[in-house]
Amino acid sequence: MGLFSKEGTFKVLFFGFVLGVIFWGGFNTAMEATNTESFCISCHEMEENVYQEYTETIHYSNRTGVRATCPDCHVPKEWVHKIIRKIKASNELYHKMLGTIDTPEKFDAKRLQLATNEWKRMLGSDSRECRNCHDFDSMDFDKQESRSADRHEEAIENEWTCIQCHKGIAHTLPEGYDPADDTPGGEETED
Amino acid sequence: MFKNIKSTDTLFKKGLTIFLLAVTAIMFSSAVMAVQSLRGDTALDADANKVVKHKVDTVEGGIKRSFKLQPPMVPHTVEKYSITLKGNGCMKCHSEKAYKKEKAPKVGDSHYVDRDGKTLDTVSSRRYFCNQCHAPQVKSEPLVENVFEGI
Repeated sequence: MGLFSKEGTFKVLFFGFVLGVIFWGGFNTAMEATNTESFCISCHEMEENVYQEYTETIHYSNRTGVRATCPDCHVPKEWVHKIIRKIKASNELYHKMLGTIDTPEKFDAKRLQLATNEWKRMLGSDSRECRNCHDFDSMDFDKQESRSADRHEEAIENEWTCIQCHKGIAHTLPEGYDPADDTPGGEETED
Repeated sequence: MFKNIKSTDTLFKKGLTIFLLAVTAIMFSSAVMAVQSLRGDTALDADANKVVKHKVDTVEGGIKRSFKLQPPMVPHTVEKYSITLKGNGCMKCHSEKAYKKEKAPKVGDSHYVDRDGKTLDTVSSRRYFCNQCHAPQVKSEPLVENVFEGI
């Protein structure tokens, strides 16, 4: 009755399966725990700066009571993208230990760089996290203000992505960034 | 009877205080009766009339001026745009650089001139706070009678 007998093979497979379930379940639970707002703001860097600004915005409190929390915008939902983002986030742990942004002054000094990183990520993914909730196909342009409807139609036509216009909607814009320099729309129409 | 009072001066002061208090009380009570506040005359411990909420008016093409040289009123909501030391949200669309692409009215040339008459590259700091003069509008009845007729 060795490891290579029929019974032995069954035992190995069975225990392997059980251990696999336990480890995978544990890994996933741990990862989901890092995907909560309470985890994000357990660091004072997040809690004192960006979180406070976010509580003033429409993604925190609004007419219909739907809220988008930190991971809804900053962590991809799909597994592969999520794992990639989580691995990249290890750099954030390193800087947490270094104390790179551990005062509001340091944070503000770095804000343009930090914001630019996130804008690049969103631009690269065609604003994937925005589009988890916001979808051009479900937008009723008749219910929008004319200036929004015009610009959205222009965006569909030119395949612009959300973040190109909607910067600084949940957090304060960084100093040194002028939105007027960054307006999409190439040709200038003469009036 | 006057044993405990140290001098006539103290007596005079006491009388004056009482007199002033009485006058104040009379003035105050008559003032309360005469003034009808905009809040209504509900008692302080009772709930005031429910505030009527108004939606900000969105007017395509802008709101016409009511008098010459009136700062144009804002024909859209503004709560998403902030004006801080670090940035002016209005300038995202109304600046020299962006107004054509955004099809928005441009900030007037006068807003680039500082108090010494020098023309600057950016909006003059005395014109920086747009909402000091330009305000969004709601459709509501005036709180007091107003017979002003615009142009």
